[in-house]
Amino acid sequence: MSEKLTRRDFLKRAALLGAGVTGTAILNACAPTPEPTKAPAPTAVPAQPTKAPEPTKAPAPTTAPAPTKAPAPTTAPTAPAVVKTPGDAFSWQRFKGEKIEALLIKNTQGDIMAQNIKEFQDLTGITVGVDQPAEQQQRQKLAVEFASGATSFDVVYYSFHVQKRLFGKNKWVMDVRDYLKDPTMTAPEFDWNDFSEAGKAWATEPDGRIDALPNKIDYCNLYCNKELFDAKGVALPKTYDEMVAAAQKLHDPSKNVFGFVGRGLKNANTMLWAWMLLGWDIDVIDSKLNLNTTGPEAVECSKMYQNLMKNYAPPGVGGFNWNEAQSAFALGQAAMWMDGVGFAAPLEDAKSSKVKGKVAYVVQPKGPKAQWAGMTGDGMGISSFSKKQGAAWYFSMWAASKSILAKSFAAGSGSQARNSVYTNAEALKSLTVPTAWVDTVVASGKIGRAALPIIVPVTEFRDIFGVALNNMIGGADAATELKKATDEFKPILEKSEKA
Amino acid sequence: MALASHRKKGYSRQNAYLWFIAPAVLAIFAVIVFPWVYTLWMSLHDWQIGGKSEFVGIENFVKLATDARFLSTIPRTLYFTLLSVLLPVVLGVFAAEVFHQKFPLRGLVRGIYIAPMMATPVAIALVFTMMFHPQLGVLNYFLTLVGIPKSLWVYSADTVIPTLALVEVWQWTPLVMLIVLGALASLPTEPYESALIDGANQWQMFRYITFPLILPFLMIAVIIRTIDALKSFDIIYVISQGGPGTASETINIFLYLQAFSFLRIGHASAVVVVFFVIILALAIILLVARERLRWNR
Repeated sequence: MSEKLTRRDFLKRAALLGAGVTGTAILNACAPTPEPTKAPAPTAVPAQPTKAPEPTKAPAPTTAPAPTKAPAPTTAPTAPAVVKTPGDAFSWQRFKGEKIEALLIKNTQGDIMAQNIKEFQDLTGITVGVDQPAEQQQRQKLAVEFASGATSFDVVYYSFHVQKRLFGKNKWVMDVRDYLKDPTMTAPEFDWNDFSEAGKAWATEPDGRIDALPNKIDYCNLYCNKELFDAKGVALPKTYDEMVAAAQKLHDPSKNVFGFVGRGLKNANTMLWAWMLLGWDIDVIDSKLNLNTTGPEAVECSKMYQNLMKNYAPPGVGGFNWNEAQSAFALGQAAMWMDGVGFAAPLEDAKSSKVKGKVAYVVQPKGPKAQWAGMTGDGMGISSFSKKQGAAWYFSMWAASKSILAKSFAAGSGSQARNSVYTNAEALKSLTVPTAWVDTVVASGKIGRAALPIIVPVTEFRDIFGVALNNMIGGADAATELKKATDEFKPILEKSEKA
Repeated sequence: MALASHRKKGYSRQNAYLWFIAPAVLAIFAVIVFPWVYTLWMSLHDWQIGGKSEFVGIENFVKLATDARFLSTIPRTLYFTLLSVLLPVVLGVFAAEVFHQKFPLRGLVRGIYIAPMMATPVAIALVFTMMFHPQLGVLNYFLTLVGIPKSLWVYSADTVIPTLALVEVWQWTPLVMLIVLGALASLPTEPYESALIDGANQWQMFRYITFPLILPFLMIAVIIRTIDALKSFDIIYVISQGGPGTASETINIFLYLQAFSFLRIGHASAVVVVFFVIILALAIILLVARERLRWNR
């Protein structure tokens, strides 16, 4: 007996099918973040242990000081999955045959890893798929994939100053403390104590978890054009007051020379302002989540930013990101440029710079109350959703090894997270920038302090205060703009911490 | 009885045919209906990536209605759209008139003229970014050569929108030219012959014959350009990122920030819904206008 399908039946079935598909998709999308998967046991025991068991002396990393007062996590940490093989020695070949995906960033640090990937593959027998999108696109991809509970990558390079709180709060990257303590999982030559205190602090969560291996730590410094300073007999600035005075003296638009240049573009400018604010010895957001953005220190700092950018910077600086500022300085059009230390290599390259050999690298000057070097940092984390966390850990170790970081350093990638890099004779020999730059980096490392707040909505913070700072460059009143931005951002911050 | 049976059989066969359209219905549902229903559904939720999703009804839309920054993006988007449609239409008609005439190497020149259309917007944006640089850009160099003061181009809140529209004009005027050129080729010659006999000059022939006849075609160009300009993102994002401040923040840039920088998916979905309504309204107005202007029904 055949069943006839009426139009009504057809529509009913189609509607049911549609509702089913929609419902499933919506439920999937709205599902809570699943528990991270545990790392599976290694697929094969090491075929040829290279050495007798030799316990590593990895210190308890929980002692690393936290540079900022990040709020405590809302949930208790979960124990990381650890592959235990008692009695085995460490072997780089332990996860031989596995394949992992590494999500890096298109920058010098990522390029060095990608260029040397064969070295890792030969060492471990692990095959690595490397993806290197641009930074902004990579950050978006990370958030979407982590939130979906299934990542296409096993190990990821990310920015502590942007994503630390988001990742830490959601436990999207695994705690590696047990790996660090396990001599069968950590290479004997891997020396946790070699990492700078700043690097260890960046990688450590307020509850002691270590979510990543620090890779690159950047500090704010002041690039000065020695030729312009010498021509007018101006001394290199050591304080903010001297910096402003130097900008005033060296500013000569008739000769196409401007006293100062920096980031003016919305969002990017918040970084510069937050670095400057450290001179007043305050964090923009304290440990109790109070916004220190309307007090006299913030107003005074904003007025200094406004004065430098409005009166002594090139026209159009309100649209300048670091690249436009770099161009102005490299062409000898700016006497001073305040930004991260990582731009020395292009400035010392005669093909792209007119100031080669004329740059003085000055540690971030002292403010009215303190001297700090604003700090940013990147590291390598292992996805909590990865099923190959052991192999991913090996990649993290290799990527933060002395050898790879020395290569990045030599290639001009900027300051690295390991102290030994700065005494590595081979790296120093092949360095294309003056040793004075190295001295500045080392000196900055001693006074490094995170400038941007370690909060989830850090991008919104940068955007909202970025608009305010941009308005100030246009002449708006600093106190009024700060109050407006604070009022706008406060509910966003409160909501993010409640979520 | 036989007739009834025949009719029943035919009706049954017709029902069986319905299954043949099922794949198409399913595809449309999957790629058009479902994303829309899902976006609408998300717009009713407060959901930030990394946080929990909560049903909030129309709260996202209420917030948008009182969000000064979002509201400021609407006139800005319309201003950018107006410039990006009007100028290519005027210049495109002029160019079409020129290229409609016969002259040596016409084919080659036409080919060169439409080249910008084929370029990747991001690549174009990067090139223009360098050209607009106030100190290093070649455009200011040219201005100084002819004694005109330097401009800040995209680095000033006052000039950023017209400057961005300039890039759109450069890239999309050839599209209007192509459409109008096709229209000109299809026009009858008799009205022109009559006009010549009556002593009409070139302007009069254009004003009273050519323009009314190409108007329906021009409306197609206007509709395409309007929709394209409204949803323009790549050029603005690469060149100015919505800055200085929020001076070039169009609805699309605002939407991008909400969705991919702030990860506020619910809020961003509400922006999508509002933006869709705006585009739909404009498209309907333009389609109605086109219908009224048609002469070749």
